[in-house]
Amino acid sequence: MDFISILSIFVMACFVGYYVVWSVTPALHTPLMAVTNAISSVIIVGALIAAAAGSQADGGQTAKWLGLVGVVLASVNIFGGFAVTERMLAMYKKKERK
Amino acid sequence: MRRDHLANAVTRAPDLIRGPSPAVASGRKLWRWAPAFAGALAFSTPAMAASGEAVNPWVAVAYLISGILFILALRGLSSPETSRAGNRYGMIGMLIAVVTTLITHDIASLPEIGVAIAIGGGFGFIFARKIAMTDMPQLVAGFHSLVGMAAVLVGVAAYLNPGAFGILDNAGEILVVSRVELGLGVAIGAITFSGSVIAFLKLNGNMSGAPIMLPGRHVINLGVLTGIIGLTAYFAILPTAETAMVFWIILALAFIIGFLLIIPIGGADMPVVVSMLNSYSGWAAAAMGFTLGNTAMIITGALVGSSGAILSYIMCKAMNRSFISVIAGGFGADSSGSADGAEKIDRPWKRGSAEDAAYMMKQAENIIIIPGYGMAVAQAQHALREMGDMLKEEGVNVKYAIHPVAGRMPGHMNVLLAEANVPYDEVFELEDINSEFAQADVAFIIGANDVVNPAAKTDKGSPIYGMPVFDVEKAKTIFFIKRSMGGVGYAGVDNEVFYMDQTMMLLSDAKKMCEDIVKAL
Repeated sequence: MDFISILSIFVMACFVGYYVVWSVTPALHTPLMAVTNAISSVIIVGALIAAAAGSQADGGQTAKWLGLVGVVLASVNIFGGFAVTERMLAMYKKKERK
Repeated sequence: MRRDHLANAVTRAPDLIRGPSPAVASGRKLWRWAPAFAGALAFSTPAMAASGEAVNPWVAVAYLISGILFILALRGLSSPETSRAGNRYGMIGMLIAVVTTLITHDIASLPEIGVAIAIGGGFGFIFARKIAMTDMPQLVAGFHSLVGMAAVLVGVAAYLNPGAFGILDNAGEILVVSRVELGLGVAIGAITFSGSVIAFLKLNGNMSGAPIMLPGRHVINLGVLTGIIGLTAYFAILPTAETAMVFWIILALAFIIGFLLIIPIGGADMPVVVSMLNSYSGWAAAAMGFTLGNTAMIITGALVGSSGAILSYIMCKAMNRSFISVIAGGFGADSSGSADGAEKIDRPWKRGSAEDAAYMMKQAENIIIIPGYGMAVAQAQHALREMGDMLKEEGVNVKYAIHPVAGRMPGHMNVLLAEANVPYDEVFELEDINSEFAQADVAFIIGANDVVNPAAKTDKGSPIYGMPVFDVEKAKTIFFIKRSMGGVGYAGVDNEVFYMDQTMMLLSDAKKMCEDIVKAL
């Protein structure tokens, strides 16, 4: 993909983000932070590419190990972030009707 | 093994769509689609492996879909009813992104990657299960630091092995655009990492919450930031072979600046800092997404980046402070600023007991409870809810009022009350409830201070002047739980409410006081 189409996606996504986040109810701002945390770990994609690449190139071996460490860190975040969000959201209850 | 997960997620789908809400209903279509989509992906794998990545349109579509699922994840948070379905969309989006990456790259080391995911996932899961809800700000700050570090590692890996990331030109040089993205990406990642580590230490109490002021810090910070930007430009124009030194210097400076930026910021401003670091972690992911030309990463980065930025804005506005002044730091350092000491010492105030409070609240019709950080520190949310329940049985109308900056991160109090089983439709935001104080018989303040300080409305010299606060002074009676008369809020400002005729100070630990009131009821 060329730079300008990537940039267009980025700018559009910023606008989408702006409107979506304003619609989040303030009561759920903590889960919002936890879940954004989890999804920003999509950076694991980069770490996987590094870890999956063979070590033919000069820096390949180091890059592979860095990638693996990156995978570990991002996984902590992905699993931790989604799990803690789930845990929090499960606590939000409506008034029980008697 | 990965595909089992997907199949699992798909078969679990029907129980997600019980609710009648439109967001969930529209998710049904996506669900029908998912198996077909997974099949298509699996089917086209060999072609992809042969022709290399990014050529196959399915790959781009897969990343796009995972980006869209992330948007839906945030969209779900617009109401507690749809929020859990939203979280599921987020998980599926992540699964799609990971699976797509794994099947479209020649994997030299699948077992190693599996182990890495298992180790990380295991730790993440344990943290998520064990953490106390009051410690949520630390957890989030800690998680931010991991995203930052992951971004740095990916950036360094891409720099060391550019071929694998497809960012080399025909002459074997790293593309200029990619170098700018790499430079900025690792810099933002490093700032996120070291900044979040400091924020974590401050929130966790390993480091004093007091601002640490270095002389000439503004000059140093601006100098370092300019240095990073200048070096990134230099990094972009040098021949690839000579860039190593510049790259490492950028990285080192970025680690240092993250540290320097956060140490002068005091404990009370942590909600802004945590949101800001949230935003940075998003921009770091976006920068890496640019390098990889990956739509899922770009969309996510933009979402997270704007989310953090909006939260920082909301927090700043709720404190009536500019973002710049928060970042410049030092708030809460000089308590002697405008308050005059002489006035503080001898002013009459009334002390109440748990029995008084119980008696008066039983007689009341409308009670508004205002929780603050002190409630979190004392872990008083369960005792408070018990008190609220008993009052409700007496026919009292109990509501909770939450200020946007109460606690140490946005929405902190809401989570604690939710943990204590307070229904979320009894919890109100500042604007929604502030007009009701005039009809309230009792305002019950537990662990809050600055957010009820009328000086914010009247005293132009006060450091918190202009901050929106609760109109508690309009309530007929005020109960103010506080550990002692000595301390003041984080802004270091004396509070007029202590000395009002209708105020009764309940001097005790918040949890103990709530328990005593429950007994007296």
